[in-house]
Amino acid sequence: MSIHTKTALSAGLLSCPSCHMLSKCPETSSKGKLACARCGSALHRRKPNSLARSWALVISAFIFYIPANLLPIMKTTTLGHTQEDTIMSGVIYMIVSGSWPLALIIFIASVFVPLAKLFILTYLLISVQRKSQWRPYDRTRLYRLTEAVGRWSMVDIYVVTILVALVNLGNLATIEAGMGAVFFGAVVVITIIAAMTFDPRLIWDNMEFDDE
Amino acid sequence: MSGNSLIACHECDLLHHLHEIPTGSTAKCRRCGMALHSPKADTINRTLALTIAGLMLFVVANIFPFLAFDMKGIRTETTLSTGIRLLFEQGMWEIAILVLLTSILIPFFQLLALMYILLPLLLNRTPRYLALVFRHLQNIQPWGMMEVFMLGILVSVVKLAKMANIIPGLAIWSFVVLIFVLAAASATLDSHAIWERVKIKSAP
Ligand SMILES: [Zn+2]
Ligand SMILES: [Zn+2]
Repeated sequence: MSIHTKTALSAGLLSCPSCHMLSKCPETSSKGKLACARCGSALHRRKPNSLARSWALVISAFIFYIPANLLPIMKTTTLGHTQEDTIMSGVIYMIVSGSWPLALIIFIASVFVPLAKLFILTYLLISVQRKSQWRPYDRTRLYRLTEAVGRWSMVDIYVVTILVALVNLGNLATIEAGMGAVFFGAVVVITIIAAMTFDPRLIWDNMEFDDE
Repeated sequence: MSGNSLIACHECDLLHHLHEIPTGSTAKCRRCGMALHSPKADTINRTLALTIAGLMLFVVANIFPFLAFDMKGIRTETTLSTGIRLLFEQGMWEIAILVLLTSILIPFFQLLALMYILLPLLLNRTPRYLALVFRHLQNIQPWGMMEVFMLGILVSVVKLAKMANIIPGLAIWSFVVLIFVLAAASATLDSHAIWERVKIKSAP
C-alpha cells in the first residue's frame, strides 16, 4: 500500500459515503446536487451541516434524557396494587434484591452509556469548532466508541417489551410500559442519529501534514 | 477485481493506493486506523448459504413459541411478537414500532436484500436494483439489533426466574442461532467485491 499525503478533498475528489468510489469535484460550486455515478448516493465534500445538525440532536437528547429518567418506564399491577418503576428505581430494586449483575447491566446500558455518549459527542463538537489539533487519533477512537456502544442502550426497552409479554396474567399480575420508556427510546434513537450525523473527517481537517 | 485503485479513508479522508491485498487480511488507514478494504474468500457462495440458513431460522423464530411463563399454575405462552402486540394495545405505539423495526422487520429486510443481491450474482447476472438495494442494506445495518434483544431476553429471564417458571421454546433457540448466522454473514460479505459488480452508467 503506497501512501498519499493528500486528502480526497485537497485532491479535488469526492468520496462516496456508500460505495467508496471517488468522483471528481466540480470546480464551480454549483448548487446542483451531485450523485455518485455508481450507486446514486448524494455526494458532499463533508456531511452537510454536520456540526449544526449534530448539536441540535445532542441537545434534544439531553432534554429527553430528563423525562426518560423521571417518568416511570414500567407499571406493575399485582392483585390490584400498582407499582411504578423508573430506570433508577429499577436498578436500586435489583441491588436490594441481590441481583447486582443485572443492576450493573441496566445501569451501564441505560444510565452510563447514553450520558457518556452525549458528553463525548459534545466534547468532539466543541473540539472541532475550536479547531483543536490535539490527539486527532484518540478523538477518532472516541468517536468510534460512541458509534459502537450506542445500540446496547436499547436493552432496557427490550426488557420492558419482554416483561409486558410474559407477565400478562389478568387480575393476578400485569406489566405495562410507562411514558419514561417512550422518552428513553427517543434518547437512544436520537443519540445514534447524532453519531451518524457527526463527520469524523472534520477532526482531521484541522491537521496539517507535517510528516512529509 | 482491479489490482490498483485509489480510495479515500471514510473517517479522515486520506487517500491511499490499494494494491493487491491477500484475502482474509485488512488494509487499514495509515493515519487513523480505519479499515479501508478487507477482501473475503468465496464471498458470494458463503454469504448466500448463510442467508438461506438465516431465512429459515427467521421463520422458525417468528412462528414457534418463544417463551412460556408459568406462575402458580397459570401459564402464558408468548411468541416473538407478543410484546409488540401488547404494547400497541396499551397505546405505547412508539415503543412498539421501535421494537418491531429493530428486532424483526430490519433483520428480515437484511436477509431478503442479501438474497436479492447474491442469488443472481451467483448465476452471473446483475440484479436490476443492485446498487439501490445494496446501498440501503449498508445504511440500515446499525438499526438491526437482534443481539441487543438477546441480552434483553437474558435480563428478563433472570429477573423473573424468582417469581415463576420460565420455559424456553423452539423459537428462542432459532433466534440465538440466527444472531450468529447474521454475524457470520456480515463477516463473509465483501462489500468491495459487490460494488465492483455494479455497472457505472457514465464516467465520473
Ligand atoms: Zn457510490
Ligand atoms: Zn483514516
